[in-house]
Amino acid sequence: MLPTQSTQFEHAALKNYLLDHAYDEMFKGPGDLHQHCELLLDHFASLPSEELQRRKQAADLSFLNQGITFTVYGREEGTEKIFPYDLIPRIITAAEWATVEHGLTQRITALNLFLKDIYNEGRILDDGIVPREVVYSCKHYRRQMAGLQVPRNVYIAVCGTDLIRLENGEFVVLEDNLRVPSGVSYMLTNRRVMKRIFPQLFRSYNVRPIEQYTQLLLGTLRSLAPEGRPEPNIVLLSPGVFNSAYYEHAYLARQMGIELVEGRDLVTHDNVVYMRTTIGLRRVDVIYRRVDDDFIDPLAFRKDSILGVAGLFNAYRAGNVTLANAFGTGVADDKALYAYVPEIIKYYLSEEPVLKNVETYLMTRPKERQHVLANLDKLVVKAVGESGGYGMLIGPQSTKAQQEEFAQKIQADPRNYIAQPTISFSRAPCLIGDELQPRHVDLRPYVLYGDKVTIVPGGLTRVALNQGSLVVNSSQGGGSKDTWVLSQ
Amino acid sequence: MLSRVADSLYWMSRYLERAEHTTRLLDVNLNLMLDESPLSAERRWQRVLQALGKPKDIEWTGDPYALTQSLIFDTENKASILSCIISARENSRHVREQISTEQWHRLNSLYLQVTRPEMQQQTQSEALANGMAQPSEFLQSVMEAVHQFQGVTDSTMNHGEGWQFIQVGRYLERASATALLLQAYHVDLWGQPERIVEGNEYLDWMGLLRSATAFEAYCKVYTADLTPDQIFEFLLLDEEFPHSVRFSIDSVQCALEKIQGDSGKSRAETLRRLSGRLHASLNYSSADDILNQDALGYLSSIQEQCRAIHETIYELYVDYSIQTALAG
Repeated sequence: MLPTQSTQFEHAALKNYLLDHAYDEMFKGPGDLHQHCELLLDHFASLPSEELQRRKQAADLSFLNQGITFTVYGREEGTEKIFPYDLIPRIITAAEWATVEHGLTQRITALNLFLKDIYNEGRILDDGIVPREVVYSCKHYRRQMAGLQVPRNVYIAVCGTDLIRLENGEFVVLEDNLRVPSGVSYMLTNRRVMKRIFPQLFRSYNVRPIEQYTQLLLGTLRSLAPEGRPEPNIVLLSPGVFNSAYYEHAYLARQMGIELVEGRDLVTHDNVVYMRTTIGLRRVDVIYRRVDDDFIDPLAFRKDSILGVAGLFNAYRAGNVTLANAFGTGVADDKALYAYVPEIIKYYLSEEPVLKNVETYLMTRPKERQHVLANLDKLVVKAVGESGGYGMLIGPQSTKAQQEEFAQKIQADPRNYIAQPTISFSRAPCLIGDELQPRHVDLRPYVLYGDKVTIVPGGLTRVALNQGSLVVNSSQGGGSKDTWVLSQ
Repeated sequence: MLSRVADSLYWMSRYLERAEHTTRLLDVNLNLMLDESPLSAERRWQRVLQALGKPKDIEWTGDPYALTQSLIFDTENKASILSCIISARENSRHVREQISTEQWHRLNSLYLQVTRPEMQQQTQSEALANGMAQPSEFLQSVMEAVHQFQGVTDSTMNHGEGWQFIQVGRYLERASATALLLQAYHVDLWGQPERIVEGNEYLDWMGLLRSATAFEAYCKVYTADLTPDQIFEFLLLDEEFPHSVRFSIDSVQCALEKIQGDSGKSRAETLRRLSGRLHASLNYSSADDILNQDALGYLSSIQEQCRAIHETIYELYVDYSIQTALAG
């Protein structure tokens, strides 16, 4: 039984560790540890406060020196920031992970089938499982993709799905990121730093490795090469240094040993993509793109884009180059479409979804809209096209004026909003000052889909470092911690 | 190697070389100024501006510290030390996955050091004039940082194509700057051969040598016996001194050959001819011949040829037309 009111613990470092109704990643209840956390707590309790601070500083310094930063938009100076890092790892047991892995595999398989279907036969639309309007009114739907053959029918090669744990400890899907999901470099560097700072603790747990990720990613990309290109030239396409994830782009390119290119490095001729090198043009076969659809080809999409490559879409259509992820995958991570994913899984796989969705109200349905408008102070409202924690209303933490504003927005454009109950998702211990305090966390595992589905055990655990906050995005003051999946 | 990467490495290196050169000119002249009558100040600082290629919008107004301030911190002026360091760091940021971590650290901390707001206040011209601040410490630390950067570049980066582009950038900039420096001193040193030597000339000659870090190296070859003709010969034609024009062009030539070897192609004919001709001219000329004929013309022709080499490198490796590339 979880207590509903705050409880204190004996240890000094835990004096402000207050449990509430949210699931706690370390304690089952007052003084009652999850078994797999015993070693962890012992280890941290045995370290003097100065020693903890010393290691924390060593970790911070390591991030600083490596220049592991992200860019905050909308500020002139000091735009490069370090992503805050928490020292206490989050532990996931083998059994918990097996469920997550199964559920994610099921989900990405179904979503790929869905994308193939809606851009081709459209069976699911004919059968009325997903309403046509939801698909066609989505701003990420690309009519240019209709009837197009995609290599191996893989639309989503790289996916980052955000999971949270409900009060009963069950993992549920908060949202899918199917366009250009980021953060995997933090997952990898968190692990490297952790192994350096706490080698003994790490050794005492059987943690499954994640370092093979870049090699798996490279293999996935290679498996998607166009026919007749047995030794494909693979590149990573980045918008450039001004992009918030530029560090990650450079990191992944270096780790995979592939070229990091920008739009201006590429040219197309006769529907073939080339990169400009000092020895002339070199053909490009597979592009791991980290540029959104809208900006990738000024001829096909936004005319004003200077990040893209003119003619890229035609080369893609001609089958001379593969893009991961494919154009138009964004339709499947639209927040309104999200509500239909359980039905989509049942439709294509004839299986029950292993990972549930968070209950979602669609504003296009009058009854649900009425309910939401009457309960704005209790719900979370999200704009369907936004990400990164922008365009959100968190009911219980909002003012009357903000609620008014969202009510008007919803009525003006119901298709653009969804609402969900405010979930007090799970909390994990974090080192705040020199004591442990619980903070809300989510989990973003990275799913690869090529020859087969591969998920490295773990993912990026993001932390809402501000007390009580439910927003984990880096652009909103979030941090991250290492995620350990145990092998037994 | 991507054309854009080659371009960024080349410019990163050129900008740093330029920053170092400007820094040294300022340091040397601020120091020599102390030994000199205020009367000669005008001539000295005009010459500094000339040696820097007459930067746009920067003028001698009679205050050496105001001039120093704008040559260091004026970001409106693209040739100021700060502008050069910002540009070098920006270029390196675009190719961070291509340079070593050590290189990035060194350059990034130099950038953080010089862009600190309090750094500007410390070196405000009033603070300098009333002796509250010392520009020379600042200038020294910039020069040291650039030297360290060159050191880690040479010892931590693959000496492959990227490193060769760094070499080309550094030495092309240096050759051109040394030629310009000799040109700026020409009127005073070689313009009037019959002039009687006074005390102050010695300071001028030493200043010229030190502006190219050449004073000690010169003494090793010619002893402390400074004469304009020998200085001219040393800075222009010495085979072994890293700041001489000849040494610089040798290095450019050598790096270009490596790059052409790597790319294994014959379209580099024009570039080979241009750099070969300049290289040969410096290798087979004598200082006397040049001084007896049109020394100024010779020096500006060197700069002209450096420019032509730069443009040809661009056409060949960076900004080539797609049609040519597809045809090749």
